[in-house]
Amino acid sequence: MFSDIAQYFRTEALPHIWCPGCGIGTITAAIVRSIKTLQLDQNKVVIVSGIGCSSRMPGYLDFNTLHTTHGRALAFATGIKASRPELDVFVIMGDGDASAIGGNHFIHAARRNIDLTAIIINNSIYGMTGGQSSPMTPHDKRATTSPYGNLERPFQILEVAKAAGATYGARATAFHNQLLTKLIVNAYNNPGFSVVETISQCPVAYGRRNKFKTPADMLLWQKEHGISAGRKELGAEDFLIGEIFKAEAPEYTQEYAKLRQRLKGE
Amino acid sequence: MSKARLMQGNEACAEGALAAGVKFYAGYPITPSTEIAEIMAEKLPLIGGTFIQMEDEIGSMAAIIGASLTGAKALTATSGPGFSLKQENLGFAIATEVPCVLVNVQRAGPSTGLPTSPAQADVMQARWGTHGDHPIIALCPSSVQECYELTVKAFNFAEEFRQPVIMLMDEVVGHLREKVVLPESVEIVGRKKPSVSPDEYIPYENNESRIPAMANFGDGYRYHVTGLTHGENGLPTGKPAVAEKYLERLMRKLDPYLDRIQRYEEILLEDAELIVVAYGGPARSALEAVHAARSEGLNVGFFRPITIWPFPQDALERYADRRFLVPEMNSGQLVGEIERVVGRRQVERFNRIDGELITPDQILTRIQEVMIHV
Repeated sequence: MFSDIAQYFRTEALPHIWCPGCGIGTITAAIVRSIKTLQLDQNKVVIVSGIGCSSRMPGYLDFNTLHTTHGRALAFATGIKASRPELDVFVIMGDGDASAIGGNHFIHAARRNIDLTAIIINNSIYGMTGGQSSPMTPHDKRATTSPYGNLERPFQILEVAKAAGATYGARATAFHNQLLTKLIVNAYNNPGFSVVETISQCPVAYGRRNKFKTPADMLLWQKEHGISAGRKELGAEDFLIGEIFKAEAPEYTQEYAKLRQRLKGE
Repeated sequence: MSKARLMQGNEACAEGALAAGVKFYAGYPITPSTEIAEIMAEKLPLIGGTFIQMEDEIGSMAAIIGASLTGAKALTATSGPGFSLKQENLGFAIATEVPCVLVNVQRAGPSTGLPTSPAQADVMQARWGTHGDHPIIALCPSSVQECYELTVKAFNFAEEFRQPVIMLMDEVVGHLREKVVLPESVEIVGRKKPSVSPDEYIPYENNESRIPAMANFGDGYRYHVTGLTHGENGLPTGKPAVAEKYLERLMRKLDPYLDRIQRYEEILLEDAELIVVAYGGPARSALEAVHAARSEGLNVGFFRPITIWPFPQDALERYADRRFLVPEMNSGQLVGEIERVVGRRQVERFNRIDGELITPDQILTRIQEVMIHV
């Protein structure tokens, strides 16, 4: 199962740090399979991440990999892409990383429509620090810093992305792994800022506080509540999966290249 | 032929960066450094480079590190409040040894302070602003000419030593206009590229030079860059022995090169009983005061650290038997280093913290107090 993508892993960096039952491993496989499907040159792929469980992923992958500071992955990635647009830049972030401390970088990367493929692994919790609520923890759910249930309302991160100017938004889950692979391929092919939200499970820091007895229960929850558009009316816990929005807009590095060209003519 | 021009310090800094080969600038507007960003916005697209105005100071520092990893010489500029925000990713660049230049045109603090009166408020922040033990280089110009020359030097140091370099300017020199002579060409040092194949490349190799060769992202040398403590292969480690080896090299990487890094100016020191130690904008006042004191028959000399960090302590220690006066536009920051080197009892301070430049008269009066009236 692993052998088809082993060439993309730094096997010397394994075993990984993720807990048993965590969704990040299968999501990692989907990301790598999408890169394989796209037949991208391994030497031209850059994977950037922030801080958190999911942000440890690049260390295990055999590309040009950059594990940055908390929330800043998109700002680093912007420097890479703007400086060398021919590189294929993927950005891995967690929900807290992308939407709390990195929220400002997120909306501005979207506004610029810079050609980055951003994958947000949303497990509804700060896992690495032991289970604190994030801006994407659902209302009323429990975390160590919301022991009586989360008072706040969560971000709908794809709506944020769309409003800020991103040109591709999609959602899948750790369970819907083949769909996820397809969506990452499509996100990469969009020439602009693309966001793939991936609902994942954190059985250790989130599940056990929120009535999920096993990791399998969380995957079944994803299966049950992740709904393709038009399949049925969405219930309270349901969410759409698949492509959520697409748009066309000028891409930042292409605009900058045009500016250089125009100045040459003057 | 060299060209003489009337130029502002910030402009000279930008010109120096261009001469050094800067290809990428990311920044956020802040007085009194904004002119540097404005010049970069105009000039970089003309030479195939890239300027980007980021959403904040933190992102600007992040973006230049990203650009540098692709091989571009990268610059950002800011002032006190922005310098505080840059500390997070400055630490990242130090830990990951990514070359870049960070200009801080200092203004009076703390916090928003006196926008935008001059000060030398960030001397210690330049040394210890980011968390954890770390090496740093900070250069401090006193003239517009030096803004140009030291910016070139800053890029050379950054590239040669894989080390973020701070240009610690102040509002006095940043906004000063005076004559500069731009040389026809400048010496440029590039970063050391790997001489081995990708299979043999060790990205954080503990080699004799203490400076590992650096491959660009995208050039076939796939490696990992992380702010986590890492081994020679770049991968994070929790092993105490590996961590210690990495930190030992990091902390001592500049040691073999101190003779070249630590720059200073010495004037009239041979028979000086009192040495005025000054840097940046106020050094101009200090030198004038020293000459005035000499004309009154007072044996006064002048020592100007141009490299603030690593502080040129060996050079100063040669005069440890003299007395010292340290004028600073802060409540006393670099004076602590001077006291550490020569001893507290011989050192007098003179501090101005009202946002005005220290004048030659004020320093002269202080020299007279110290030498005559005591």
